[in-house]
Amino acid sequence: MSHALHRTLDAVWRIESARIIGAVARLVRDVGLAEELAQDALVAALEHWPAAGLPDNPAAWLMTTARNRALDHLRQQALHLRKQEELGADADARGDHVVPDFSDALDERDTIGDDLLRLVFTACHPVLSKEAQVALTLRLLAGLSTTEIARAFLLPEPTIAQRIVRAKRTLTAARVPFEVPQGEALKARLASVLEVVYLVFNEGYAATAGSDWMRPALCEEALRLGRVLAQLAPDEAEVHGLVALMEIQASRTKARIDKGGRPILLLEQDRGRWDRLLIGRGLVALERAAALGGERGPYELQAAIAACHGRALSADQTDWAQIVALYDALAQRQPSPVVELNRAVAVGMAFGPAAALPLVDTLAAEPPMDRYHLLHAVRADLLAKLERPGEARAAFERAAELTNNQRERALLLERARATLN
Amino acid sequence: MRVMVMIKATQDSEASVMPDTELLEAMGRYNEELVKAGVMLAGEGLTPSAKGARMRFSGAKRTVIDGPFTETKELVAGFWLWQVRSMDEAIEWLRRCPNPHGEDCEVEIRPVFEAEDFGEAFTPELRAQEDRLREEIAAKKH
Repeated sequence: MSHALHRTLDAVWRIESARIIGAVARLVRDVGLAEELAQDALVAALEHWPAAGLPDNPAAWLMTTARNRALDHLRQQALHLRKQEELGADADARGDHVVPDFSDALDERDTIGDDLLRLVFTACHPVLSKEAQVALTLRLLAGLSTTEIARAFLLPEPTIAQRIVRAKRTLTAARVPFEVPQGEALKARLASVLEVVYLVFNEGYAATAGSDWMRPALCEEALRLGRVLAQLAPDEAEVHGLVALMEIQASRTKARIDKGGRPILLLEQDRGRWDRLLIGRGLVALERAAALGGERGPYELQAAIAACHGRALSADQTDWAQIVALYDALAQRQPSPVVELNRAVAVGMAFGPAAALPLVDTLAAEPPMDRYHLLHAVRADLLAKLERPGEARAAFERAAELTNNQRERALLLERARATLN
Repeated sequence: MRVMVMIKATQDSEASVMPDTELLEAMGRYNEELVKAGVMLAGEGLTPSAKGARMRFSGAKRTVIDGPFTETKELVAGFWLWQVRSMDEAIEWLRRCPNPHGEDCEVEIRPVFEAEDFGEAFTPELRAQEDRLREEIAAKKH
C-alpha cells in the first residue's frame, strides 16, 4: 500500500473509529465484538483501497463495511441458533440480546451522537476498574492504539493489551447494556465518565519536559473528549465545568515549567505565556455551566477558582476573597483536608498570614495530613511571612523530608536556608 | 497540535459577493461537525482587503498602505484554528469541507509552532550542562 494512502486511512480511522464502533455496537450489543468488526473493516480497507483507489467518501466506506460485517455476523448467529433449534437444543439459549434491531439500522445520522454517548458510558461502566475504564476510553473513544496508550502511561504494552482484553470480556460477561443511563443513575454514571476524562488529563499534565510526547498528548486527548462530551450532553453543567477546568489549566502549560524542567508556582508564572485562547474558551464553558443553574458541582467550582487566576492580568490582581468563598463552597460539596489546605492558602492571601496559620495548625494535628509535605510547605511560608524564621526553617525542612520529588526537595531546602537571611 | 487553516480569497470574495444560502448552510453543518469532534478552536471570516491595511517596515521607518491589494489568490479571506493529532488528520478534515467559495480556490494548512518544536534547539545545551556537572562531581571525588 502506498505511504500516502496508508496515512490517509490512518487519519480517517482516527476520526471515525469511535462512531463506527458505536454504530456497530448498537447492532451487536457488545462493545468488544463491535471493535473487532470495526477492525475487520479497517483490514478490508487495507486490502481494497490500494487496488481500487481511495473511495470518494472514505469515512462512509468504512462505516458501511463495518455495518455489513455486523449484519453478516448477526445472520450467521441467527442461522446457527436455528440449526441448534432443529437439533432440539433449548430455544431459551437464544437470548434476546442477540436479536438484531434492524429498525435501528435505518436511522443513520441522528443516532451517531447517541451511539457515541452509549459508548462513553459503556467504556466507563462501574463494573470495570478505573484503570480499565481509562484504557478502554482511550482505545474506543480516542482511537489510540495499545502502543500509544502504553507509552502514555509508561507501562509495558502487554499490560495495556491485557487490560483492554479483560475489560471487554468483563463487559460481555456482565451483559452490560449498550445504553445511556436514565434518571437517578445518570448523575453517578456521568461522574464516573468525567473522572476518567480528568484522570487522563492529569496524567498528561503531570508529564515533565522531555518526557515522551505521548504523555502531554494525553492532555489534548482529554480536552478533546471533554469538548465532544459537552456537545453530546449539553445540559449537564458538570461536563461544561470539567471542560472549563481543563481549558484553563491547559492554558498554563507553557508557563508552568522552566527550561530546566523545574515547576514554576502559579503566582510566579509569566502570565504573558498563558494561552489566552484557552482561557477564553474556559470562561465561555464556565458561563455555560453557570447558565444551566442548580447547585455548582466540584468541577464547576474548581474551574471557577482557576478562572479567578485566569482573569487576573497580574498575580496581585487576584480576587482572593472570591477564591476563599469558592473554596468554602467546594469544602461543603466535597469535604477534604486538601481542599481545606488550599482554602487556608487563599485565606492567607486574602486576609493575611495570621488568619491562615491557625487553620493550617488545626489541619496539621490530623494524622494523614501531618505527613503531607505541602501542608508543611504552606505552614513554613506563613511562618516566614509572620517573621518567625526559626519555626519557618523547621517547617521547610520537615516538608523537604516528606517529599519524594528530588527537585521539590532541593527547592524546599533552599527556602529553609533562605529563612535565616 | 494546532493548525491554522487559511481560506484564500477569490475575485468574488474580494468584491464582497456573498455566498448563496445553500453554501452557507453546508458551511454551517461543516462547522458543527468540527465543533462536535472537538477539532474547532476558533474561526472567523475576513472582510475584503479593500477594508484592510498593511504596514511596511523598513529599518525604523513605517509606511501604511491601504487596501485593496492585488494578489487575490494570496490574500486570506477567512481562517480556522483547529486542534488535531497530525497534519494527515487536518488534511482529512479539510477534504470534507464544502468548496468555501463555490468556485476554484485554495485553502492552506499550516501547523502552529509548539513548545516541542523548539525542543531540539535547547536540548544539546542542556545535555552539555549536565555533562559538565557530572564532570565536576567526578572531579570533587578525587
